Amino acid sequence: MKSFDWKRNEVLVFAVIVAFCVVAAFSDPNFLSIPTLTDLMRNSIVLGIFAVGAMVVLVSGGIDVSFTAVAAFAMYATTVMLRDLAPDMPWPLAFAIATSIGAALGSINGFLIAICGLPTLIVTLGTLSVFRGFLLTFIGTLQISNLPPGMRDFSRWMMIRGTNSDGSFYSLPWAFMALVIIAAATWVILNRTMLGRAIYAIGGAPESARRIGINVRRTQFFIYVFVGALAGLAGIIHASMARISNPFDLVGLELSVIAAVVLGGARLTGGVGTLTGTFLGVALIVLVRNSLIVIGIPSTWQSVTIGVLILLGTGLPAWQAKRAEARAA
Amino acid sequence: MINRILHSTEGRLAAITLGVFVAMAILVPDRFLSPANLTSMAFQFPEFAILALAVSVAMLTGGIDLSVVGVANLSSVIAALFMSHFAGDGQGAGLLIAAALLSLSIGLTAGLFNGLLVAKFGLPPILATLGSGLVFAGLAIAMTGGSAVMGLPPAVAWVGNGTLLGIPVPLVILAILAAGVGWALKYTAFGQKTRMFGANPLAARYAAMGTERVLLKVYGLCGMLSAVAGLIVMSRANSAKADYGSSYVLLAVLIAVLGGVNPYGGYGRIIGVVLAVLSMQFLSSGLNLLQVTNFAREMIWGILLIAVMLINLVSFRSKP
Repeated sequence: MKSFDWKRNEVLVFAVIVAFCVVAAFSDPNFLSIPTLTDLMRNSIVLGIFAVGAMVVLVSGGIDVSFTAVAAFAMYATTVMLRDLAPDMPWPLAFAIATSIGAALGSINGFLIAICGLPTLIVTLGTLSVFRGFLLTFIGTLQISNLPPGMRDFSRWMMIRGTNSDGSFYSLPWAFMALVIIAAATWVILNRTMLGRAIYAIGGAPESARRIGINVRRTQFFIYVFVGALAGLAGIIHASMARISNPFDLVGLELSVIAAVVLGGARLTGGVGTLTGTFLGVALIVLVRNSLIVIGIPSTWQSVTIGVLILLGTGLPAWQAKRAEARAA
Repeated sequence: MINRILHSTEGRLAAITLGVFVAMAILVPDRFLSPANLTSMAFQFPEFAILALAVSVAMLTGGIDLSVVGVANLSSVIAALFMSHFAGDGQGAGLLIAAALLSLSIGLTAGLFNGLLVAKFGLPPILATLGSGLVFAGLAIAMTGGSAVMGLPPAVAWVGNGTLLGIPVPLVILAILAAGVGWALKYTAFGQKTRMFGANPLAARYAAMGTERVLLKVYGLCGMLSAVAGLIVMSRANSAKADYGSSYVLLAVLIAVLGGVNPYGGYGRIIGVVLAVLSMQFLSSGLNLLQVTNFAREMIWGILLIAVMLINLVSFRSKP
């Protein structure tokens, strides 16, 4: 076992989550219950899938803010296609279509960033507007509440279902398994394949990566396609679970997702980031978004809280690094 | 000659701006060139032009300021609360001046806070300003509960809707700020240092330049510019709200990049930013007259941004 490092972001975030839960449990004894846990898990699905993608991009030294627009596009385009062309299509096929649309949009980012070498933040800011603008201009602006039966079936498919002692219902949809599978697959890619090593390597030092023979462009291209595919899948899962496909949904969430990933210890400069940290970050953001009121902070303070968490979560490690550098010099 | 103009970023931009203007003037001649449309454009673009100036100054150092809209709204909300608290029966000109000073000092404080995060604590500017932007916007929400602050004295309207010698006041404010910032960047030690820091932070530090002070000043300036933009937005809307202009962050970054400011720092000219603002405004008004929806306009902006970067890239590579 590796030595335990108190200064790691993961440990800090975990401590904050525990502290949050302790305070919440004192002010509301019902807080520590299965419904709270299943709520937390259900609300983490879409945010978690986004976060996995955003983490991979950050590790490679880039940043992607367009994934929410990709998700909204894939989600709505798939719903429209199903409604008009093949209403009886089973959900796995619909999910595959949404994932492919996401991957196709991701490849546009990949082309501009990996092949043309444009800066990632500016490119994805641009494609965010383009994808969203295209969706709302050419595909539609009306929300679809009458989802195709395939997607409806998926939303009713529960992993756990039960009644609490006080009579309230709780449930956890199978959609949660999607997050688990994605997490496992991403873990394998990042930690057990050459591709994963290459992603960390180009994030750490692109020039060194190039010199040891890593194909930087191909790796970057893969990353943006991968993120797009994950976003497409997250989008269709979001629509299925919400039982409504709203083209205005999801966009605006990107900064919260990046906040979660950064809280989990991924560095904007690349090369550093773990899945454990990412999921802890997601859990903390979901807790703040849903349960701030339980620990006595009014919900109007939500965005201040998230902002302060980002500043602390990125500020402490940055400050430590700066002091260590000053000592060394 | 023409070749030389087209080989500088600003020259190309001037050509694009002129091209957009002529295209719109041909497509909708009677309405685009009408005095009403030209005046309404002159009232519209200064607010996001000033935000774009702020983002450009931060970009010159190789950083970015994503908190500009948060600062603008926080300072205008506080100024509005202040004015609606003390508003009497009169025009309230004195009150407006006091409120403007208050909002500028809040902008400065917020900017210095960003500067502190970047310079002292070593946070990456994207994250520092992303986080602080949430905090500023969040404070404005917490103060107002999310609703708009109204009941402003009549004098406020002058800032956003009045004219000075026949020129719209927002345009006058923009002209003064653009000229001032352009002059400061070109002719003062502060401007030199800002660009040198952006070109090579390490070299700047080894040159014993006091990089922390430079960054503090840069982000302080960004904060004050944002506060001015906030005042104009408040005056035009005759109210202040925590989430006005939330799409302006993207737009401001877009204009800065379009204007030829290098996102990695070191290069950028105010004239480029002004030209970029004009071309965006011509495009946006023209499309509006052509009855293109807001969503299509958003898409066209995105395409324009990427296209300009690709053109800059090609011409950069073709240079000897």
